[in-house]
Amino acid sequence: MELYQLTIHELQGLLRKKSVSSEEVTKALLQRIEQVENKIHAYITLTPEAAIEQARAADRLLAKGDHLPPLLGIPLAIKDVLCTKGIKTTCASRVLANYIPPYDAAVIGRLRDNGAIFLGKTNMDEFAMGSSTENSAFGVTHNPWNPEYVPGGSSGGSAAAVAADECMAALGSDTGGSIRQPASHCGIVGLKPTYGRVSRFGLVAYASSLDQIGPMTKDVTDTAILLNIIAGKDPFDSTCVDLPVPDYTQALVPEVKGLRIGVPREYFIEGIDPEVEDKIRQALKIYEDLGATCLEVSLPHTPYALATYYIIATAEASSNLARYDGVKYGYRTPKAQGLLDMYQKTRKEGFGPEVKRRIMLGTYTLSAGYYEAYYRKAQQVRTLFRQDFKDAFEKCDVLVTPTSPTPAFKIGEKIEDPLQMYLSDIFTISINLGGIPAISLPCGLSKDNLPIGFQILGMPFAEETVLRTAYAYEQHSGLGRLRPML
Amino acid sequence: MKIDRKEVEHVARLARLELGEEEIEKFTHQLSATLEYMDKLNELDTTGIEPTSHILEFTNVFKEDQVKVGPWGHVTLSNAPAQEQSHYKVPKIIE
Repeated sequence: MELYQLTIHELQGLLRKKSVSSEEVTKALLQRIEQVENKIHAYITLTPEAAIEQARAADRLLAKGDHLPPLLGIPLAIKDVLCTKGIKTTCASRVLANYIPPYDAAVIGRLRDNGAIFLGKTNMDEFAMGSSTENSAFGVTHNPWNPEYVPGGSSGGSAAAVAADECMAALGSDTGGSIRQPASHCGIVGLKPTYGRVSRFGLVAYASSLDQIGPMTKDVTDTAILLNIIAGKDPFDSTCVDLPVPDYTQALVPEVKGLRIGVPREYFIEGIDPEVEDKIRQALKIYEDLGATCLEVSLPHTPYALATYYIIATAEASSNLARYDGVKYGYRTPKAQGLLDMYQKTRKEGFGPEVKRRIMLGTYTLSAGYYEAYYRKAQQVRTLFRQDFKDAFEKCDVLVTPTSPTPAFKIGEKIEDPLQMYLSDIFTISINLGGIPAISLPCGLSKDNLPIGFQILGMPFAEETVLRTAYAYEQHSGLGRLRPML
Repeated sequence: MKIDRKEVEHVARLARLELGEEEIEKFTHQLSATLEYMDKLNELDTTGIEPTSHILEFTNVFKEDQVKVGPWGHVTLSNAPAQEQSHYKVPKIIE
């Protein structure tokens, strides 16, 4: 086994036993990046010198011994939507191509305080808008399982970096599936926590009522380890809830006896790839063999999720992205004639096509005469989604669904048809509308050797139940870690 | 809902977004298709249903009104595209 293949928990053990140094591991990862990055392009920015320096500092602390923070010496990758002090944070946009944040996002500060090492910033769809990482101003990321395929999106760079062993683990952000869908397409684990579980301070905003930061890792244990660090109240995000943070690793018990698993019938519809459905059914069979009960439930408003999501998300986006006007930071057009012209040209030259499309859609639905018909209507339907989940969770403890209707699609296949692209999020967006937690984990490979993932949904703040259910599958499925040939 | 070229131009002005000829054409078509899809929500009767603006049951979060330095330190001009004498500089607004 190569050093770069290790998980966080494996490396934690080795570092403490002093069988390996953080510097060795960090260098092994940097070398791995050098080897495979020309095929994958997972990163926008690499920070090798800083990473080695941080690793040496970690090794000095490790030599001293006691009171070691949990992530000491562990090299991570960060989605380029999270502000990192002194390190370029571009959101894969021309508008922020040279933006250097003067502060750390809350989650970055916590990782730093706990000893983590940062290898670099990962590629994504511009401003997290997309499902394929093709909407990046800095080039496409390729799926490590097959470079002709997309890694999913918008956290495609983070997913590809984890799958290709270009980091130990990564952070992503998820507004409509942006952690879970790429996790599923790249064969890794990705968790979107409950809305309010993790501080969004320093996360560049896309749709503020839906955005949430979460771990993307090689296994379920690593997700629990990272969630322990990033979860919990933050004075700089008033939507971050003041609830105690349990030790999530304690929830990792491989037992589901008596667990009631709801299977929503609306998620097994026409259009779902038979191979995907087959793998999910096999996963459900494993749970039944372990003593869980599976029952069919209904989330009747599911067919309205996509329309609801794209009204709410684009409306919030059009408002959030109004700040990119070329005045205080970011790109400014050199060709402006007057103030209004400066705004309009800066935004024309700074934003890519998908971002423009969403700003247009959101501006339209919020504009005079249409607000009631679209935005308010969508918010009312959002209430129906919350009710759907509430009703379902009266009958069961978790819900199990596919993460995406198909395995990864080819680069270029959907980029010209926005609606088709949006449809690849059809199983993930309801979760953001409901604000509930959901994890995606791998459950096999397709005939074409592409990963398939499934999703476990829980009640608000029931991350422990979600993690335990995921862990039980991981321990009993016999799959082991899926690793692409590179 | 179908939208026409004039509406696309109007919305672009509201969004302070200059569009090229090709973009106007493309967006007229794509936005119409997306909005038509969104009209699906009209199948649902939502009379009397409270809208959800946030998933959490919010109460106001209060804190003491104290002057403190933010996590970014003092306000910085380090990323300003143009500045003069510690101020942001923009094109002339009034002739």
